[in-house]
Amino acid sequence: MASIQESFKNVMDWVDDRLPVTETYEKHMSKYYAPKNFNFWYYFGIFAFVVLINQLLTGVWLTMSYNPTGEGAFASVEYIMRDVEYGWMLRYMHSTGASAFFVVIYLHMFRGLMYGSYQKPRELIWLFGMLIYVALMAEGFFGYLLPWGNMSFWGAQVIVSLASAIPFVGEDIAVWVRGDFNMSGVTLNRFFALHVVLVPLVLLVLVVLHILALHEVGSNNPDGVDIKKHVDEDGKPLDGIPFHPFYTIGHDLPGTVIFLFIFCAVMFFYPDGGGYLIEHPNYEPADPLKTPELIAPVWYYTPFYSMLRAATFPLFGLDAKLWGLIVMAGAIAIPFVLPWLDKSPVKSIRYKGMGSKIFLALFVISFFILGYLGTVHPTPNKTLLAQVCTAIYFGYFLLMPWYTSVEKTKPVPERVTMK
Amino acid sequence: MSDEGVNSGRRNFLIGATTVVGSAGVVGVAVPFVGSFNPSARTLAAGAPVKIDISKLVPGQILGPIPAWRDKPIFVVKRTAEMLEKLNSENQRLADPESERLQQPEYAKNETRSIKRDVLVLVGLCTHLSCSPKFRPAVEPQDFDENWIGGFYCPCHGSKFDLAGRVYAGVPAPSNLEVPPHFYESDSILVIGEDGGVA
Repeated sequence: MASIQESFKNVMDWVDDRLPVTETYEKHMSKYYAPKNFNFWYYFGIFAFVVLINQLLTGVWLTMSYNPTGEGAFASVEYIMRDVEYGWMLRYMHSTGASAFFVVIYLHMFRGLMYGSYQKPRELIWLFGMLIYVALMAEGFFGYLLPWGNMSFWGAQVIVSLASAIPFVGEDIAVWVRGDFNMSGVTLNRFFALHVVLVPLVLLVLVVLHILALHEVGSNNPDGVDIKKHVDEDGKPLDGIPFHPFYTIGHDLPGTVIFLFIFCAVMFFYPDGGGYLIEHPNYEPADPLKTPELIAPVWYYTPFYSMLRAATFPLFGLDAKLWGLIVMAGAIAIPFVLPWLDKSPVKSIRYKGMGSKIFLALFVISFFILGYLGTVHPTPNKTLLAQVCTAIYFGYFLLMPWYTSVEKTKPVPERVTMK
Repeated sequence: MSDEGVNSGRRNFLIGATTVVGSAGVVGVAVPFVGSFNPSARTLAAGAPVKIDISKLVPGQILGPIPAWRDKPIFVVKRTAEMLEKLNSENQRLADPESERLQQPEYAKNETRSIKRDVLVLVGLCTHLSCSPKFRPAVEPQDFDENWIGGFYCPCHGSKFDLAGRVYAGVPAPSNLEVPPHFYESDSILVIGEDGGVA
């Protein structure tokens, strides 16, 4: 035995002289000290990573049987579903994975909001995370066109037409994006290239940056206290435990098993999620002449779609259509500056005052309501509700400098607590 | 390496010059990448004018949506005398009753927005977010409008247009439906995509 270990060590020494493998492993795994008080909300980063791997693998396998042309796309998806061995499973893994990705990312982001994980010194982690989120939205948007069903077609039509709201050059930009005067196979082909090559590459780079930035400053925790302030004689944080094996084996592995149970339950038994994960009009091929009765995006975009529709009146000399674009783009852009809006001296919601708690609760409720409203026909009352919720959404961010600076915070403990 | 004896003026000049030349190079290289996104020659050729036979079109009926021009649905409506009579009865509810905005060729900028009084030619895409509006010719109360006098209704976001494709005020769509360039080669042959030298 000793000789095997010895020769392994010799090999590793040889490699380490040429590539810092052991050093990197220690820095990011075995000697990366994570706070010991992680709770339920700290699963979702790992889950996002698991789903990312799932999307990459199933995506590559799907391209092997998919045909990215206006004539062949819809039929090739049927071919994958019916004739390719396990094709149905790979496709459902991919489509369920898309929704799962947004579920875990939204929960991951909510964790950040709750525990102030975006605050100094973690601003860059938050910025990279937001870029990942935007890249993910683009990835989902491009990918949704590929089955070339009727909802694929009209959903993309509506979103690309948003560009035409830009004064003067809007229509030209829309034609440039489509490569055609209307949505067509040309558009499908380029969206395919963006979906399978360019955006995934960008995503991977951003994920690496997100994690490097995290490991530079260390993880936040539910108490929002800095574990590096209390270290033992070796300089190890007293409230930290090595990421590997304590979190990998003890926390993330069992969590991932449970997550995959739920994932498989959806994938095998409810792959279309009652029309929310795969919308029913998408079982019809794209028809440029027939708009579905109700155009609703997939659930993960509906809050923003509601905000787009909530702009129904002209203001300051700009028409409602342009306001829709501004409101929607603003809703996606405004979380980027969150680290500079929060003036609170404490990070975690546990020690913040009433103002932060009320606004966070209102924010979450209005996000859910907007999400629901985006899936149904607009009526005057629903539009009014969407307008109120849009105001709350923006209020959470824009009023944050005020309510975080005037509210009374609770004292933050010196060391982490295990509640 | 020591920074002693560095000619910083020369160094800054070289950095500046390299940056400028490099940026010019990046812009130059971007040209083919951006340009290749434009409609290709084949796409442009497929967008050529098309001919439609309207001889079988009955008054009060719509021909279309037909995948006529540049892959966009085209509506051809033959309006009845009754429809034309009602057409300008509710102009105060319209956003642009005089068709001031450039949503039609000059020869269609009139009270019926058409060359022939009865035949309306439109691009069947809502000017809001390009859904295809539904043809609702009946003069009867609708759940979206109690005083409906016939027109087009977009189910996506609730925009309303009259039987000349003119948009109602207070709906998401900002302008009237587009009238494509068109002319009549003969009484029954309509050409869409060209104005036959009229304009």
